[in-house]
Amino acid sequence: MISGIFHSTYEKDMALRRTHAQKIRLVLIVIFILVFPFLANRYYLTLANQVGIAVIGAIGLNILVGYTGQISLGQGGFMAVGAYTAGILTARMGMPWWASTIVACFATALVGTVFGIPSLRLKGLYLAIATLAAQEIILWAVKNWDALTGGVDALVVPNPELFGIRMNTDFNFYWLVWILVVIVTIASVNLFRTHFGRAFIAIRDQDIAASVMGVDLFKYKLLAFAVSSFLVGLAGALTAHYRSIVTWERFTVDVSVTYLAMIIIGGLGSITGSYLGATFMTLLPVVLTNLGRAVKTSFPVIDSIIPFVQQGMFGLVIILFLILEPEGLNKIWKNIKDYFRLWPFSY
Amino acid sequence: MQRGFTSGLNSSRLEAGETQLKVEKIQLNFGGVTALFDVSLEVRQSEILAIIGPNGAGKTSLLNCISGLYHPQKGRIVYANGREHEITRMKPHQIARLGIARSFQNIELFRHMTVLDNLLSGAHVHMRSNLLSSLVYWGPAQREHIRFRRFVEDIIDLLEIEAIRSNTVGSLSYGLQKRVEMGRALAMQPSILLLDEPMAGMNSEEKEDMARFILDINEEHGVTIVLIEHDMGVVMDISDRIAVLNFGQKIGEGTPDEVRSNPHVVQAYLGEEKKSFPFKFSLKDENGNGNGNGSGAQVDHD
Repeated sequence: MISGIFHSTYEKDMALRRTHAQKIRLVLIVIFILVFPFLANRYYLTLANQVGIAVIGAIGLNILVGYTGQISLGQGGFMAVGAYTAGILTARMGMPWWASTIVACFATALVGTVFGIPSLRLKGLYLAIATLAAQEIILWAVKNWDALTGGVDALVVPNPELFGIRMNTDFNFYWLVWILVVIVTIASVNLFRTHFGRAFIAIRDQDIAASVMGVDLFKYKLLAFAVSSFLVGLAGALTAHYRSIVTWERFTVDVSVTYLAMIIIGGLGSITGSYLGATFMTLLPVVLTNLGRAVKTSFPVIDSIIPFVQQGMFGLVIILFLILEPEGLNKIWKNIKDYFRLWPFSY
Repeated sequence: MQRGFTSGLNSSRLEAGETQLKVEKIQLNFGGVTALFDVSLEVRQSEILAIIGPNGAGKTSLLNCISGLYHPQKGRIVYANGREHEITRMKPHQIARLGIARSFQNIELFRHMTVLDNLLSGAHVHMRSNLLSSLVYWGPAQREHIRFRRFVEDIIDLLEIEAIRSNTVGSLSYGLQKRVEMGRALAMQPSILLLDEPMAGMNSEEKEDMARFILDINEEHGVTIVLIEHDMGVVMDISDRIAVLNFGQKIGEGTPDEVRSNPHVVQAYLGEEKKSFPFKFSLKDENGNGNGNGSGAQVDHD
């Protein structure tokens, strides 16, 4: 049992992993990520890849909504920008998939910044409506700008290859997406150790005080939109290359709401929360479907109502989460850690 | 007293007594309401200037004009730190960069951050590392952040908040939050520190602590302090000069003794008019017995 954490240098005090327990946990997680693809079958690999993409998108959205406090309903639209930029550059101009992904990230960052300009005047729900407009404008452009996007028809993207190896098989893509997840995680955790991240949080907590402390609200709000959209664009571009097909249906306002749900359920303003929320929201429908199948074989009578029950369950689970732990899965995870820190003398 | 400060808390380059901030005939209107009318004020290096006045007199509006939250319709505000800057139309963050820091009447800390992060965010204007090196957090960026971590430890030491440095600010008591807020402003290494009612709502012991910290900052580091305060005892005791506002106009200015004997001031505070004013604001009575509670003006009729 430990009585406290004491460090003798500022460097150690400021380290991300300050205790042995934290270091061991990190090593276990990394080992799990490394071993998983060799144990899992294709079905679970597909899920892992979906979760990976969702984690990147959720971290992106959390930087904007959870950390900077700028509510955005434009997630789906920004993902569409990433996906279509990557898709068009690869399919029409023959750009290598990795180059088109990088360009897509920057393009989305730019579009996100432009649509972030209203945030200088609008706050809270008003900004949410402005970003909803961004979502609709982008999707409208995607559907109607036939010459560029192919309109409502699907855009077919060639399979990504690296040194002659096809990258979007489930096994290969797993490595690609999870290496990117690790890089994105390290970068965003570092971001919130520095004055950039603190300025974002300051804007969320007290924007007037932040400006009096020397934070340029104009610059940092737009920077938050840029950084966030960069990651969201990455998630969009990865979707395009993974699926080899880009359609507008994949980026509707439903996607924006789902991602918002991810970070709210996972925990606003938390990287761990982004992981938990993305995993939860990606796997919950799958679990419910499988449960439905299991029930169907035992009770064939209720076959016809199972889809409705599934949707109802989905909503119910989310509502229960919000009532029982408004601070999200991350808070539950913290409580578990706190419990075991003092275990077995938890009084 | 010797403290091992790694860097000064004061970024001013002026000699004590030189004019640091000049407010020239500013007028501030909100629609038809005139919050400030023809107010002029001078702040000199290394002094403690108190701004007093009844509620609604325009004290906070004046501070908001100086820190750029409001822009006066008439008049100008000039700040000097080796070079003259007109700050009348500047944005708050630009004024902060010049070295004017402030605290707020209603605590405006970043509630979800720890005390340490709040203090570090006060040093925001001095941090130079760019976005890319911050994302990598390696080499120069890491060294810079460690340097500032060490620097805020000096402020923690000065304000005696060692025990709460990693607590979340929202969980702290009111008095401690006020102290942390002052620390955050100090982390900017200001040349002028504006304090808006730093002792409001505190008990006498907390007020004494706060007064001691303000004097420490002023005497050890030479930081100019402009404070708004309602507690006459404290104001008379610690300030070098006092400016008095009433209904948006300046009705008096001078040393505590001058202000105490200014008929306009007495009228504003007591609503009474007499030829001579035998009033006295003091913490101590004639025999030098301390007035322990130090709350409010003590008025002696001779």
